[in-house]
Amino acid sequence: MKKLLSKFAMIGLAATMLTACGSQEAAPEQGAAAGDSGGDGAKTYAMVFKNTGNPYGEKMMEGFEEAIKEAGGEVILRAPDQPTAEGQIQIVEQLITQKVDSILITGNDIDALQPVLKKAMDAGIKVLSADAAVNPQSRLVHVNQADPELIGRTQIQAVSEMINGEGQIAVLSATSQASNQNLWIEWMKKELEKPEYEKVELVKVAYGDDLRDKSTSETEALLLQYPDLKAIVSPTTVGIAAAGKVLTDKGLEGKIVLTGLGLPSEMATYIENGVSPAMFLWNPIDVGYGAGMTAVALVEGEITGKLGEKFEAGRLGEKEIVEDGEGTQVMLGEPFRFDKENIAEWKEVY
Amino acid sequence: MAESVIDNSTELPVEKKASKLAAISKFRELGLLAFIILLCIVVQTKNASFLTIGNLTDMITNTAILSILALGMMLVLITRGIDLSIGSTLALSGMIVAQTVSIYSGLNPVLAILMGTAIGIVCGIVIGFLVAKIGILPIIATLAMMNIFRGLNYTVSDGQWISSYQMPASFVSIATSKILGINTLVFIAIVIYIIAFYFINHTRTGRQIYAVGSNPESAKVSGINQTKILLIVYSIMGGLSGLSGVLWVSKFASAQGDTASGYELTVIAACILGGVSIAGGSGKISGVILGAFLLGILNNGLPLMNVSPFWQMAIQGSIILIAVIINALVKRGVDRNNLLRRKI
Repeated sequence: MKKLLSKFAMIGLAATMLTACGSQEAAPEQGAAAGDSGGDGAKTYAMVFKNTGNPYGEKMMEGFEEAIKEAGGEVILRAPDQPTAEGQIQIVEQLITQKVDSILITGNDIDALQPVLKKAMDAGIKVLSADAAVNPQSRLVHVNQADPELIGRTQIQAVSEMINGEGQIAVLSATSQASNQNLWIEWMKKELEKPEYEKVELVKVAYGDDLRDKSTSETEALLLQYPDLKAIVSPTTVGIAAAGKVLTDKGLEGKIVLTGLGLPSEMATYIENGVSPAMFLWNPIDVGYGAGMTAVALVEGEITGKLGEKFEAGRLGEKEIVEDGEGTQVMLGEPFRFDKENIAEWKEVY
Repeated sequence: MAESVIDNSTELPVEKKASKLAAISKFRELGLLAFIILLCIVVQTKNASFLTIGNLTDMITNTAILSILALGMMLVLITRGIDLSIGSTLALSGMIVAQTVSIYSGLNPVLAILMGTAIGIVCGIVIGFLVAKIGILPIIATLAMMNIFRGLNYTVSDGQWISSYQMPASFVSIATSKILGINTLVFIAIVIYIIAFYFINHTRTGRQIYAVGSNPESAKVSGINQTKILLIVYSIMGGLSGLSGVLWVSKFASAQGDTASGYELTVIAACILGGVSIAGGSGKISGVILGAFLLGILNNGLPLMNVSPFWQMAIQGSIILIAVIINALVKRGVDRNNLLRRKI
């Protein structure tokens, strides 16, 4: 307990030092626009990712930093060691004490972060989520990497084309609680209701928990359980790579196709050897950049997160805030298709 | 003369029979074995493809790394210690070796394995030094080193993953190739188990490990160098983790910062299931093998049984609990029998 207290004291100290530095640099030109929040210097924008050591997250942070630098703000990048909501709650608590101007979060849990994010908003901090959403009550706006509807539908269209519109397919997801994966899978199911897919049968949704060993066991179980399986759709980076490895080791290229959402570097081998004819992902740098620009617009007061508001998102052009269930969101674009043609240039990127 | 011959011939078979029964009843892990057989029957009735050669091969291959780590953990637990850092050691060794082979693609796979083992041994020696020489409690020393090694791993990798296209085919094939018709991972595990069996049961150092764990004071009095034993035990654990790191990265053809994070608890669970005492002093190789296999069967069998993912973890936990309880009850019975026989 003592340790924890001294930790918070340290952070508090660091925060006051930071704001002090800031006010020295930029106090004259920018007044206290946000008023109740933060110091009166350059604005601080914090980003809290799911966990450390995730290359996807690194790229997203890179884009976020780029956007904030363009707007002349200070950047704080944080992430817990493990992808847990508990870890993120601690970090957000620290950021509230630090009096940042904006927090961008990629939620590890859709609901669990609500109390702490509400507390942040009550303290005048502009809270938004990107990539993995938190519930509408705990954010002003969500920045969606790509339309969940498009992601779900695109994957079904692709897999149906690969198996010539006939056969059993299975989904290998992350955890059963992952909010974005669950939403995509719902849209996949909606797309499957169309008459042209009546011969495509979704037999199972398996969960590999984004762990290599578990995803491997789950893939092997799918192959055993459904001997007539034609395709695996895995909308998660660890899952699709683990499935690619299993299919490669068992020499099933051409017999069972693999598609979904994956990292080009992880999937290069399996796209080149034919196990996966194509897979999808958006550009994480753009996601971070778009989220950064949205955060800037929120802090500068250009938008408040209400439906129909528009703002200029730097190099991504003008974006409009649209409906997302009970809340609102900014949508960035369609997922990008990776196949044999372009994988060689993308595998070096991320 | 004739009488005695007859006497002998009638007595002999009875004695033999009794000793056989005694041998079975002395087998403390009987409860666990019975439970595993029962579990296999249940899974098999739910899904007939469980007991096929293909699936069993997959299962054994998937369990090989766990069983190697469980062996090292058993030695640590016997000395009344614990090692929480093995997941991080594994990841660190795997990452460094993966980076090396991604640069020097011509590196011999055997050298890669030796290199990973060496990295692990270095990590193990550091922990052994902290525990044996400085006298820090093992749980604290290894908890600290767990975070240090994990952090080091992120630093070394710079947050980047090493993906399969960066690894040479010879390295990835460590996990897929076969030696004498057996998958290399399984072959390595078998070799390690044979060496360990000899080391633990037939060498002086091996027996001293048990002595240190069951009664440190008398071990000291009888002239056993405790520092040396602890240093050896943690180095072995480190070496096995380093080796497992290479095997892990080769098997999944990917090295990432959070490789095997939390895996130490699975390994400890395998040991406890196998009847290794957390309080130190007791633990058998046969038990650890069974413990690792029970976890392997659960990982393989639960998805096959079409259990809802929401229930899977709870069921896994309950099965582990039931297995430990059954094993404890049977063990108690066996021990009581042994005591009874001693009285007669």
